[in-house]
Amino acid sequence: MSRTEAHPEPPALAPGEVRTRWIVSTPPILFLSLFFLAPFLIVLLASFQYPGEFGGLAPLLAQGDSPDHGLTWENYQFFFSDTLFAEIFLKSFLVAALSTLLCLVMAYPVAWLIARSPKGRRDLLVLLVILPFASNFLIRVYAWMIILGPQQALAQGVNWVLSALGQEPVNLLFSPFAVLVGMVYVHLPFMILPLATNLEKHDPLWLDAARDLGATSWQRFWRVTWPLSLPGVFAGSALVFIPVLGMFAIPDILGGTRDMLIGNLIKDQFLGVRDWPFGATLSILLTLAVLGLAGLATWAGKPRRGHD
Amino acid sequence: MTRPSPWLLLAAGLVYAFLYLPLAIVVAYSFNDSRLNAEWVGFTLDWYRTLFNDGEMLLAARNSLLIAFTASLSATVLGTLAGMAMHRYRFRFLPFLVITPVAMPEILLGVSLLVFFLQALHLTLGMVSVILAHITFSIGFVAIVVRVRLHGLDEKIFEAARDLGATPWQTFRWVTFPLILPAMAAGMLMAFALSLDDFVITFFTAGVGVSTLPLQIYSMIKIAVTPEVNAVSTLLMLLTLVLVIAASRLDKTFMKGAA
Repeated sequence: MSRTEAHPEPPALAPGEVRTRWIVSTPPILFLSLFFLAPFLIVLLASFQYPGEFGGLAPLLAQGDSPDHGLTWENYQFFFSDTLFAEIFLKSFLVAALSTLLCLVMAYPVAWLIARSPKGRRDLLVLLVILPFASNFLIRVYAWMIILGPQQALAQGVNWVLSALGQEPVNLLFSPFAVLVGMVYVHLPFMILPLATNLEKHDPLWLDAARDLGATSWQRFWRVTWPLSLPGVFAGSALVFIPVLGMFAIPDILGGTRDMLIGNLIKDQFLGVRDWPFGATLSILLTLAVLGLAGLATWAGKPRRGHD
Repeated sequence: MTRPSPWLLLAAGLVYAFLYLPLAIVVAYSFNDSRLNAEWVGFTLDWYRTLFNDGEMLLAARNSLLIAFTASLSATVLGTLAGMAMHRYRFRFLPFLVITPVAMPEILLGVSLLVFFLQALHLTLGMVSVILAHITFSIGFVAIVVRVRLHGLDEKIFEAARDLGATPWQTFRWVTFPLILPAMAAGMLMAFALSLDDFVITFFTAGVGVSTLPLQIYSMIKIAVTPEVNAVSTLLMLLTLVLVIAASRLDKTFMKGAA
């Protein structure tokens, strides 16, 4: 909250102010403690519980002759007992990393154009990035279901080329490729916007200076623009990587049965096989991964001396 | 300032095409006189007719609007308070409480609310659980927009009100409130749009009790795709378009808060 310090506040809150402070702060704090913090703590607890006989959770205290009650490490042990789960986590990280990289490559030219445009056109270009991402998420995924469908020109064209080369025809839809396209399409604006915000702040004089010193256009990009844009790159990467990591709907709609990611695994534990404690364990592990990544992005995104 | 190179314009143009082409295809096929989204046959409004005669879809639309209205109104009250508290008072944990639900993968909030509603509250999943869940993830967006607005205001205005003997309530009612009203309205529109749009959290908290438009679209996509999906998508796009433009007109800081 460094911005608050910018405004000098009265040295002490007046007596009326103290009451106001509680009137203002209590409702949101209570609501979010009840509907965000408490549910999260319950999931943390559930990850150490046994599954109930008919789904849900087994009781914490002994009831009747049920042997499974109390707390256990079993769910975490189960995760590490089978490499299948580690593989799904690894695959999810790989998909998230690839999606982030593709988003970065596609976002850079757009962000650069936005940053270099005069004020009025800049707002229009930003609005044009926001508009498609304001349409329903499922609709954007569904659009690719149509485009990648076997009867569409794209799939037919690809298979025509493949058959000319003597290869077996492929299915574009319900494949890892479709999942990746969907991930990139849905998250691209999250990369463009922070990157453009960063690039806007670059002084064009820096590039002129580099040019006067004899830098080629490639050197100007690689030695000046790119290092200076790293905070924007890291912010955008976090905004793409983290939601992709937990995504279940895109693999569910565009992927095949073998394209399961962490999100699908978690969804199945709660709504399919109904093993809540293991689902809770997976959720906690995903949370830890996200926290680690967010910490890493904050650390990496901090401007360093020498780059300022 | 150097002019952008033709290669840059070409690359950026291709990305913009990538953003819009899929949506254009969805809209185009909603007017196509064929059951398959495969080739253009001829113009028709039949899919819109089917849509307006689809009882389940209309019920889902009604539920979606009711949920979005209730949730965005409540989130605006709570989010404004949270934004004011974050701006004025130095609670270290409040930004954490407000921002985390927005920043983490949606599925985590979805499953934790599912467990909480069923296990701790013994609530039957339905309209109430969905509304509570939507308020939870919307508060952060309203709070951020309101806080950005408050940061932009001159603190002297509030000091002047205090010096003239205004009580905290009077200061709020006659000074703060009119100044942050545009941000509140923008935040509410945004919360409304987010609620209308949400699939993941609704998927976990709705149970079998209630259906919303995104849930209805999801089951149509999964079971049987007909161009009726395209028709409902087109209408929904139109509605979001209006909401986004209204929100950005209401508050200039809206877009920065959104990003």
